[in-house]
Amino acid sequence: MKAKGWKELTTQGALIAEPGNSDTYETGSWRSRRPKFIPEKCSHCFICWVFCPEGSIRVEDEKMVGIDLRYCKGCGICATECPRDAIEMGEEFVAEKGA
Amino acid sequence: METRVKGKLLAFRGDEAVAEAMRQINPDVVAAYPITPQTETVQAFSQFVANGEVDTEFIAVESEHAAMSACIGAAAAGGRAQTATSGPGLALMWEMLWVASGMRLPIVMPVVNRTLSAPINILCDHSDSMGARDAGWLQLYAESMQEAYDNTIQAVRIAEHPRVMLPIMSCLDGFILGHSFEPIEILPDEAVREFVGTYKPGYSLLDVDHPVTYGPIDFHGHFFEHKRQQVDGMESAPEVVLQVGREFGELTGRYYGLTEGYELEDADFVIVALGSVTGTIKTVVDDLRQQGQRVGLLRIRCFRPFPAQEIAQALGNKKAVAVLDRSLSFGAQAHQVYLEVVTALYTHGYAPKVVNYVYGIGGRDTLPHEVEQVYRELAEVDKTGVIQPVVRYLTVRE
Ligand code: SF4
Ligand code: SF4
Repeated sequence: MKAKGWKELTTQGALIAEPGNSDTYETGSWRSRRPKFIPEKCSHCFICWVFCPEGSIRVEDEKMVGIDLRYCKGCGICATECPRDAIEMGEEFVAEKGA
Repeated sequence: METRVKGKLLAFRGDEAVAEAMRQINPDVVAAYPITPQTETVQAFSQFVANGEVDTEFIAVESEHAAMSACIGAAAAGGRAQTATSGPGLALMWEMLWVASGMRLPIVMPVVNRTLSAPINILCDHSDSMGARDAGWLQLYAESMQEAYDNTIQAVRIAEHPRVMLPIMSCLDGFILGHSFEPIEILPDEAVREFVGTYKPGYSLLDVDHPVTYGPIDFHGHFFEHKRQQVDGMESAPEVVLQVGREFGELTGRYYGLTEGYELEDADFVIVALGSVTGTIKTVVDDLRQQGQRVGLLRIRCFRPFPAQEIAQALGNKKAVAVLDRSLSFGAQAHQVYLEVVTALYTHGYAPKVVNYVYGIGGRDTLPHEVEQVYRELAEVDKTGVIQPVVRYLTVRE
């Protein structure tokens, strides 16, 4: 998206008039560390789901199925809290190359 | 069509006249903290609240920082918010002044000018509002109590204009205007209410059906653009100040502009000033004109935004000009009003001889014979062609 010039701003004082626009802000874009989900170890306790500050833990049919990397900012909270070590943190750069 | 209304001539102190204007405006919220020499404004207004004469929610806050914060909240909620302050109170608001203007909230604030300590002093100079001149607020300076009343009413319309949407200070000199009595024409309540109209904010924090975010984080990506847009609000203001001043004139017979010339057109020697001293200067101009001297006054009513072109054209071809400053800009080459005037002249291609006089610091009186001295020295500047010393301190003892 092209950044707006000052003449194109539609509100004054930096007011944000569209609610829910955090959808369009992909917090995963500046991640430096990337979580890796290891399904074999997972007991689907959802502790990671409770703790993730970005709501990036994907759940389907009452199962933890993976991480939404568009919004995951790589904070590592899920990996720290997981009682089964089913999430491992790695370098984003290495992860991209090695995957 | 005759639209002119007749008010009642009543004896008022400047502070109370401002409170009277606020009563007639009937703002949604007033959050204020009393401080000398503004105290009478807040005292009178809280009396109106206690008597049920206004619908205003009055918030007796614990400090001026809180007063401005509460006004910001109220204005973001879509209300008409007002406060009033003086000297150190304005200083304590500092952080929030920038928030109010940055969020484009049209708060109206009478400032009863008082100097800043130390040493401790409660009397008038312009250190307070001049110190806040870069905070993104519009600033009007009154010559008289009548004008302080009139400006406070006009301020509402100016600030709330959709192209401006900026907070505004309606400045009046502490004690000289604030505490002295003068007969003031107080307009009928309905006339004021009709003049200020109903505020229709574009957004409201309390409108749950249309939720908005006020004051978000804004870093290197867009902050600059938002500030540039804020400059545009300021640049749109002169036209609005003029328009509102004209409409007010049609209503009351008292017309207001950005500046006021007094015996200016054919004057050789001109004093530029703002605030109550301009009343004294006018009497001196009258006396000297009687003696055949071509002297005049350019009074600046609107200091923010600064009417540069108008001032440059009015002064460009004068023989000598004295700019009066009632505040010090420590370490600067000269003081606030002078620097603005000289920049306006230079950028419009004029180079008259201009000197700077600091006067009235900490409540020092400025008397007619001292104003005469300024005109005498201007004639000397013209004769010798020497402007040094550029900055002169009127009435200070060596
Ligand atoms: S690393 Fe942080 S943001 Fe990403 S899924 Fe784990 S808890 Fe959520
Ligand atoms: S905390 Fe660990 S075990 Fe529990 S659901 Fe998340 S990944 Fe699976």
